[in-house]
Amino acid sequence: MTRRRAEAPPGAPTQTLDIERKSVTPPSPEEDGFSLSPAEAAGADDGQALTDAPAGRTRTASGGKRSPHPAPDAAAVSTMSSTTPRPHSETPTSPRRPSRSSTSPEKPLSPGGGRRGFADRVPVRVRRAALPYLLILPAVLLELLVHLVPMLIGIGMSFLKLTQFFLRNWSAAPFAGLDNYTVAVDFDSAVGRSLLHSFLVTVVFTVLTVGLAWLLGICGAVLMQGSFRGRAVLRALFLVPYALPVYAGVITWSFLLQRDSGLVNHVLVDQLHLFGERPFWLIGSNSFWSIIVVCVWRSWPFAFLVLMAGLQNIPGDLYEAAAIDGAGWGRRLRAVTLPMLRPVNQVLVLVLFLWTFNDFNTPYVLFGKSAPHEADLISIHIYQSSFVTWNFGSGSAMSVLLLLFLLVVTAVYLVATSRRRSDA
Amino acid sequence: MRRRKPYLFAVAGALVLAATACGADDSSSTAGSAGGSAAQTITYWASNQGTSLENDKEVLKPELDRFTKETGIKVNLEVVPWADLLNRILAATTSGKGPDVVNIGNTWSASLQVTGAFVPWDDALLKTLGGKERFLGPSLAATGAPGQPPTAVPIYGMTYGLFYNKKMFKEAGIDKPPATWDELIADGKKLTKDGKWGLAVEGASVSENAHHAFIFGQQHGAELFDASGKPQFDSDQEVAAIKQYLDLMAVHKIVNPSNAEYANGTEAVQDFVSGKAGMLMWQSIATQLKQAGWTEDDYGLAPIPLPGPSQGGKQVNAMVAGINLAVFKTAANKDGALKFAQFMTSKQTQQNLNKAYGSLPTVTDAYDDPAFESQTIKTFQQILSSTAAPLPQVAQESQFETLVGNAMNQLFADAASGKAVTAEAVKAKLTEADQQMGG
Amino acid sequence: MRDPRWLPWARWAGLGLLGLFTLTPLYVMLTSAIKPLQDVQGDFDWIPTTITLRPFADMWRTVPLARYFANSLIVSSVAALVSVLIAIFAAYAISRFRFPGRRIFSVTVLSTQMFPGILFLLPLFMIYVNLGTALGVELYASRTGLIITYLTFSLPFSIWMLAGYFDSIPTALDEAAQVDGSGPIGALLRVVLPAATPGIVAVAIYAFMTAWGEVLFASVMTDESSRTLAVGLQGYATENDVYWNQIMAASLVVSVPVVAGFLLLQRYLVQGLTAGAVK
Repeated sequence: MTRRRAEAPPGAPTQTLDIERKSVTPPSPEEDGFSLSPAEAAGADDGQALTDAPAGRTRTASGGKRSPHPAPDAAAVSTMSSTTPRPHSETPTSPRRPSRSSTSPEKPLSPGGGRRGFADRVPVRVRRAALPYLLILPAVLLELLVHLVPMLIGIGMSFLKLTQFFLRNWSAAPFAGLDNYTVAVDFDSAVGRSLLHSFLVTVVFTVLTVGLAWLLGICGAVLMQGSFRGRAVLRALFLVPYALPVYAGVITWSFLLQRDSGLVNHVLVDQLHLFGERPFWLIGSNSFWSIIVVCVWRSWPFAFLVLMAGLQNIPGDLYEAAAIDGAGWGRRLRAVTLPMLRPVNQVLVLVLFLWTFNDFNTPYVLFGKSAPHEADLISIHIYQSSFVTWNFGSGSAMSVLLLLFLLVVTAVYLVATSRRRSDA
Repeated sequence: MRRRKPYLFAVAGALVLAATACGADDSSSTAGSAGGSAAQTITYWASNQGTSLENDKEVLKPELDRFTKETGIKVNLEVVPWADLLNRILAATTSGKGPDVVNIGNTWSASLQVTGAFVPWDDALLKTLGGKERFLGPSLAATGAPGQPPTAVPIYGMTYGLFYNKKMFKEAGIDKPPATWDELIADGKKLTKDGKWGLAVEGASVSENAHHAFIFGQQHGAELFDASGKPQFDSDQEVAAIKQYLDLMAVHKIVNPSNAEYANGTEAVQDFVSGKAGMLMWQSIATQLKQAGWTEDDYGLAPIPLPGPSQGGKQVNAMVAGINLAVFKTAANKDGALKFAQFMTSKQTQQNLNKAYGSLPTVTDAYDDPAFESQTIKTFQQILSSTAAPLPQVAQESQFETLVGNAMNQLFADAASGKAVTAEAVKAKLTEADQQMGG
Repeated sequence: MRDPRWLPWARWAGLGLLGLFTLTPLYVMLTSAIKPLQDVQGDFDWIPTTITLRPFADMWRTVPLARYFANSLIVSSVAALVSVLIAIFAAYAISRFRFPGRRIFSVTVLSTQMFPGILFLLPLFMIYVNLGTALGVELYASRTGLIITYLTFSLPFSIWMLAGYFDSIPTALDEAAQVDGSGPIGALLRVVLPAATPGIVAVAIYAFMTAWGEVLFASVMTDESSRTLAVGLQGYATENDVYWNQIMAASLVVSVPVVAGFLLLQRYLVQGLTAGAVK
């Protein structure tokens, strides 16, 4: 613990210590139920929070629904104010008021203000209620513009027979009903069969990639614990693949994996003599393993980073207590480290899953527009169905199916992992 | 109101940022075709023909300057990489917002024609370019569905031929290029030794594979689409054609198995130019040969062998390849765009640009330049005008390339890893491709 | 609490293997960048026989690398800045207010993370073109359009992480500030933000990296003047040749500032993730 604190940057707020201290205390059951779930982290639990959240939490979350922020009471200037950072050293004492009102618009409470702006005519209560909406407004607008509306259009496209004949005028495209969907899920037909194949390949690929990335990440993070020479350098080097532009990293791999002039075969065949014949890595069945290796290479540093952060959050006392109980290194890993990382893992695995499943950049750079059959990931498959062959209706239908699948998996995952934890 | 000031401050900050973001964009927004002085500019998307995007700009610049001098119309040039070109055209088609003039691969003609995005070149319009007769017939045939006005005009002509390495031929005791397929195999076997190979192919390139599927299919009498436009990729003739091509690697072993992973369209050429392979069936590679310092003393060009009389197919040994120029209906300056097409098909421009790119002029009157008297160009011209056939001019052409090309990628991968590539295996893959064509 | 005796050995073995896996491609990138093209295309060699710096000079001429680099920097930085700003507001609302619609908002925002890009690429493109025509703002093929797109990509995760981070900051601090006379926004700016610096930096890095590497949207929504590195680097693979050595050299040069910045800020990233994603 001491070392970790010493490592905190000079400018780091004391709040970091607060977190560490806070996490020492075992979480209360209510908190454990949902406060660690990603949905909660994003605040998806308002219903629950209002009913079950610990009193302290509800209160500190600005005093509940009706009065989100208690109006400042000049008479009740708390002693805590001295501990509050106040950049402009403004104190709400009456002598300052004249000077403030001269530089800022009229305040609703100041009497005889003459001009009254629109905001002043709106009751304070309404403005308070409106504030959170104002705060999320930019995010809502952007999400509508870039994600939601285009996605609704995309869903609409999936019901049209939208081929190159109708690109210039979508309204002329004939309504296809569910045709695009029935073709996509008709696994007796060539289209459905190849989609299913691609989907299964992607599932296996995703599971293996996430698993391996997590495994390497946890190995790296655990081995990095403690202090030793070269730790900082090593940590920095491990993060380089994550910081490199995707194209640069992946194109280098495609160079390494070439059959005749690549490093991989140079080592395996020329130097280690493991194979008589030079294997292919970019075509055929090996291409599946190649894409996994490249994806793991790109994503394990992220897992490493997050897990390292998670490890730092585990209070040292727990290890000490375990050591006093006579737990060895391996037992401490199993009894303390891994269970304490569970909330981190829940988030990390989900994020890695979504990124890996939807990853377009890596296969696109590694294989180009047409992937080998054995590594025909769904993102490239759909890209080919819509952009290369210009059948956007069918491509959209496949995308919608994919989206439904991801939504279901994520929901099931969140429910399952949250329940398991609260049972424990 | 105390709380208001910092809030406003933050909003102001956001606005400033947004404004900077917009302000930083001046250069790009003027590049669009809807500029204020549209009457005097056109936007032109050129395809990558030279050694690099920058090289293309260098080659095109003097010509475009000449155009500006002659007409007063400025050209906003953008050289679009092949990887992006079709997507960009698609986006422009869908949105109605794009350039005035664009280069397209001529195999895309029919696919793009049905979008109705381009100005059709009817007879009256073609007259402004000097009339139909001025163009090479085969090149003009690859500009859209038969019986309809061309959707684009050909500007660079290309076709397939068989390049061979004269030095390697001599060393192997071969005194002339192969005239039949059996000779090609026999020559290939003689050349294949000491880590060198008879022939180089781009085995994982969808478009190269699809082109060869077409050429050899024609030789076997296969038609990829029937009269009503329905795909029929898995005919016995087509299976035989594709097997003939694959067998170069799988059975005759005159192609390096490594070629099965060649995907980016440059590696087979590299193998030929670096002397790793003695023959190459390709379009113009003038630029690469020049870079490698090769002259016609080092290499020769012959037609790809025609089928024997017993085979029963067509006397075809190449496809009509090349680049066409299309004018968007939504062009902000359509007059300027049409003038530009006139300029690009004019004798002088045709000579200058085709010389620079090593391609063939698409208008007959441009051939009087001594630069087109070389052995290579004359052979190519001979092939293009007599034994080259255009790819099927149907709307689903790009689907055909993708599906059949992909199927051949997989078959090459099988062949490279030593699996037997039987007629049944070829047929199964082609049937699958055929079924995926859908509506 | 004593570590077992084998631990140092295991540590070095494990970290050594991880290091090998991570760094081998980087080594190849470095050595290929200083080889002549012929050597790069030939059989692989660990140690370059001929060393040349030509690729580092040629790479600027093969593609307009400087412009792509500038575009990428501008797009990624502005997207990261604006994204963080918007995420701060939204995350603060989620963390400190209970309001109707809060749950819908957070679930929806989070679920956009699952949208396959292919599904909304073309519709988004159409919207940009139409909006651009209607408003007179160039969104398609401009950096502005790209910035808006990318900042939205990183928004869900940023809001999520920041909300978690804000949750971990004791609300007693804001209350003190509010009692002290600041409104909720004042409390956000004066108390919560300074305390959340690591989380904000972490989110900014994430947003930057998201924009920095994106290929699919950039390939359709940029033209030559707004093209970013992620797609621009593909210009080294031309019809005639793949300039491997220049690709590697260019990748190195453009990566250096980003990797350096990333490494400088990484400890914030660790801290930010500590309280954000983890809490």
